[in-house]
Amino acid sequence: MNAALYIIFAFLLLAILLGIRARKGKNMDLEQWSVGGRGFGTVLLFLLSAGEIYTTFTFLGASSWAYGKGAPAFYIIAYVSLQSVLCYWIFPVIWKYAKEHHLISQSDFFVSKYKSPYLGILVAFIGVISIIPYIVLQLKGLGIIVSMASYGLISSNTAVWIGVIAVTLYVMISGIHGTAWTAVIKDIMIFSIVVFIGIYIPFHYYGGMEPMFKHIQATKQGFLTLPGSGLSISWFISTVLLTDLGTIVWPHTFMANYSAKNAKAIRKNYIMIPLYTLMLLFIFFVGFAAVEQIPNLKGSESDLVLLKLSIKTFNPWFVGLIGATGLLTALVPGSMLLMTASTLLAKNVYKVFVPNAREKQVSNLAKYLVPVISLVCVFFTLNGGKGIVLLLLMGYSFITQLFPALVCSFMKNNFVTKQGAAAGMIAGVITVAYITFTNGSIASMFPSWPQVMKDLNVGIIALILNIIVTVTVSLITERNIKVFTLKNQ
Amino acid sequence: MKLIHVLSFIPFIGMLGMLPFANKVNPYILGMPFILFWIVMWVILTSVIMAIIYRLDPSNKEKTDIK
Repeated sequence: MNAALYIIFAFLLLAILLGIRARKGKNMDLEQWSVGGRGFGTVLLFLLSAGEIYTTFTFLGASSWAYGKGAPAFYIIAYVSLQSVLCYWIFPVIWKYAKEHHLISQSDFFVSKYKSPYLGILVAFIGVISIIPYIVLQLKGLGIIVSMASYGLISSNTAVWIGVIAVTLYVMISGIHGTAWTAVIKDIMIFSIVVFIGIYIPFHYYGGMEPMFKHIQATKQGFLTLPGSGLSISWFISTVLLTDLGTIVWPHTFMANYSAKNAKAIRKNYIMIPLYTLMLLFIFFVGFAAVEQIPNLKGSESDLVLLKLSIKTFNPWFVGLIGATGLLTALVPGSMLLMTASTLLAKNVYKVFVPNAREKQVSNLAKYLVPVISLVCVFFTLNGGKGIVLLLLMGYSFITQLFPALVCSFMKNNFVTKQGAAAGMIAGVITVAYITFTNGSIASMFPSWPQVMKDLNVGIIALILNIIVTVTVSLITERNIKVFTLKNQ
Repeated sequence: MKLIHVLSFIPFIGMLGMLPFANKVNPYILGMPFILFWIVMWVILTSVIMAIIYRLDPSNKEKTDIK
């Protein structure tokens, strides 16, 4: 045992205790468990949203992008900040509707707007198949972080099991309250540990921020700006916009916002979120510092860069603190995602097939589905070969396919029918799958197009097809309904 | 379209629309290459603009609890 290991375990224990204690004094029906009885103020909302922004993927991925790709990494802070502008306008409206109609899940929203429980099943399935790879990603990250920060004393697989058991336990007991309370320690760690290493490392190795960047600029020309092709300006802009649409329709973002006690709390939260993204800046600094210090990491190895440089720089006890921070960045979003997926399956799939199931049964089922989904995710984490890599690539684009039907549902006279919405989503999902399996890009599909168009994010194609199908099918089915009602008059 | 809606577009124009002019290393500001400084500046401005919108937004002035 070394100091790092003790520290990581101490924080794990603290997270479990806080997570379980969060239940205190609450009657855990489904509304309390999933959306906190709609009683969260700005602070708790902020902790939930911050939990989604600062995941393991950002912890490892942001440093890896800065290290391996340079300036294109900045798209991460750009998209999160701009996302909060959209959320400021959209979520108070969704919250109000959800409160009036007693909605719990994201799928409930579509069921209520389009008056179709079967569309709800489709939305729930798209949600769950997008969430599972997202959880797997957190678990993979957790495994890497704990095994490296413990200097190999705990294998990555053991770490995954320990993490999953912890998170399953407190999600089953406390639901969204557990997520919010573990997020408290997570953010204390981010504000202290991450900010510290982000400033200390550049000063330690280069004598400052500017000398570090000048050094990189001298040795790697063009690394600190967006290139002319590939990850270019048009890639940057289209990816930021597309990711913004995607993040709004994540099912767990809906539930986090349902938990607000009023619309003002939601608006205030989204004023603060852009500033919070600056915390990612410090992760970038570590990634840039590693360019010279830990050279020649290739491919997925570059995900290890933050930890490798930390181990090289700090004492084991401090590496333990970094490891604990990394562990928390997996547990917080992991818990929220698990809860969301099980709520979707219990409320929007099971309840449709067993319509006379009582509230209590649905609520219990949601809790008992947590360990089931956990096990599925562990299976993919430990055995997932190529399949899971493809799923990971697709998850984000899958969920974006809910966007057109969501936006249209805000219109006063929504022309989109339930058939149109469903057909559009299915068309979008199939296109995403096809593009991912064939490893397509706009450049490969349309080689004659100008470079600016070729670098556009390929997800746009699926979204455009989705919109076309949604509109066409809606117009056809709407006309049929009109003819039908005319005949009956 | 009201002023508060127009204000919402400014972060997009600043962060994304003006990116072609900001895609350079020099001058370094606050130790950061210019493009990074530019994005960071707009992150902060986004929060500032959102705070202004919040102040102007009439739906925040209603006293009722659920608004």
